[in-house]
Amino acid sequence: MSDGDAYAQVMARRGAIVRGSIGLDYEKYATGVLAFDYEGLLTDTGYDLETVRDIQQRTAVGNTPLVELHNLTELVRSISRPGKGARIFVKDEAANPSGSFKDRRASISAHEARRRAFEGIAAATSGNYGAAVASQAAKAGLRCIIVQEAFDSRGIAQPEIAEKTRACEAYGAEVMRLSVGPELFYVFLRVLEDTGFFNASLYTPYSILGIETLGYELAVELKEREGRFPDVVLTTHAGGGNVTGTARGLCKAGAAETTMIGVSVDLSGLHMASDRDFNRKSFTTGHTGFSMPFTSWPDRADVPRNAARALRYLDRFVTVTQGEVFYATQALAELEGMERGPAGNTSLAAAFPMAREMKRDDILVVQETEYTGAGKHPLAQLAMARQLGIRVQRGDPRDSRPGESILIPEHPEQLGVEEIDLDQVRRSYLRHAVAAVPENSSLGRVDIEFLALETRSTVSWVQEVLNETPKTA
Amino acid sequence: MAERVAKGTWVELSCVVLAAGERAPRVPEETQAVPLEMRVKGVLTRDAVMGERAEVRTSAGRTLRGRLERVNPPYAHGFGPPIAELLAVGEELRARIRGR
Repeated sequence: MSDGDAYAQVMARRGAIVRGSIGLDYEKYATGVLAFDYEGLLTDTGYDLETVRDIQQRTAVGNTPLVELHNLTELVRSISRPGKGARIFVKDEAANPSGSFKDRRASISAHEARRRAFEGIAAATSGNYGAAVASQAAKAGLRCIIVQEAFDSRGIAQPEIAEKTRACEAYGAEVMRLSVGPELFYVFLRVLEDTGFFNASLYTPYSILGIETLGYELAVELKEREGRFPDVVLTTHAGGGNVTGTARGLCKAGAAETTMIGVSVDLSGLHMASDRDFNRKSFTTGHTGFSMPFTSWPDRADVPRNAARALRYLDRFVTVTQGEVFYATQALAELEGMERGPAGNTSLAAAFPMAREMKRDDILVVQETEYTGAGKHPLAQLAMARQLGIRVQRGDPRDSRPGESILIPEHPEQLGVEEIDLDQVRRSYLRHAVAAVPENSSLGRVDIEFLALETRSTVSWVQEVLNETPKTA
Repeated sequence: MAERVAKGTWVELSCVVLAAGERAPRVPEETQAVPLEMRVKGVLTRDAVMGERAEVRTSAGRTLRGRLERVNPPYAHGFGPPIAELLAVGEELRARIRGR
């Protein structure tokens, strides 16, 4: 390894590498010390909703079925008080070319890379997004490299990620599989430098604009079929892109009153960078290991300004347990005849308790499913958990502990959600914001207004919290 | 005798990207104590010996080097055995709907 490849040196060049690999001048959008023109960053890409829809139509992305889950609705009503039990619909995103909503996210990056005559496209991801980028690259005639965090120091691969390796390779991508650690980003930067490929980061404007069609489609279709917009949309929440893109799409369809609820699998206590904890997580995405840090500070991403800013769009943020999601996955298969991947059913698990509290004629939409297969399946995940000594049994999911036990509910009344206090998340965001202010700088009026938008609060609330926050947060 | 593998064979290479102790600051202790390893597949550009240095051309057209680990590596992930705790769920839920 030459000196120029050493960890610290590559990381020191990250700004230039990322700029060159995306071709966006993020600095241009700065309007204050922290403030930047978020809408301008998105609009200037030139991809409005109609253009995105057109591109996705040509690549067979989107226009997925919106399926009413009659039997699950009936089940929920069987345990609801009179007059309660909302109708549950699901947007069957597994019908996308590579089997998840991530195709929407990858499609505009692949289109942009091709338009600008890049030879290839690369992404750092262990999830469905890798398969989506590889699939869209195949359609666009681009070379593709996916960098994954895939196995622990004993060489044991996470079953779901092993399946994603296979899928990416099936689409003709090179897959660099890494052991556990955040230095994946360092390896990814070296790939970008080595190849000059386009950086299909999950967090660019292209990625978010590609998801807007999801929210737009479900709102427009429901309005056509039922004469109304959804009362609630449940979105599986990890890095924030799914919430952000879907909520923006709902707004563009006119469904501004729809309640947006982000749902994550609770993996509290398991460290994201721990070699030991890696395979003790039975979910590789849609969990709190991503959603907590990314909601409270989105600009920890691999781009200077993250276009996924979930706190701007979340009305509520809840968590469910691993056991509840496996239970919901089984219920979807056996009551609705739809066998889908567990991670994509995270928000479906929350639909049970949520719909129970809503009125009978209300409509709740679960906005995604994902494909299933070897590895990406409750059986594979639970078998792996048992091998590692994690207790798997029937029981009250509230008693489970991530990494130690997975409790499959004994009956549907046991499904519930834990509410995350968004005010606490907003305060956490503001502590990060204070810590991000460079020395000898101070926040101006434009920054305070920006922080109010970022936290969906008011200028006076932001000022009040900032006054309580020590400068060395 | 070490196994020779012919040029043109689909193989997997491995290499250490960062040695234990050279890991990024702030990674947990147990991660710090082990190397960051990388594995990648491709077609051997010349004859090679198992366990020794080799070179592949990857699906993205890149030339990468590392230790020759596996020849034509299978995809070994599967579903595993049925899980009794899930087997019962469908019947329980159907009974609730039927009973209405």
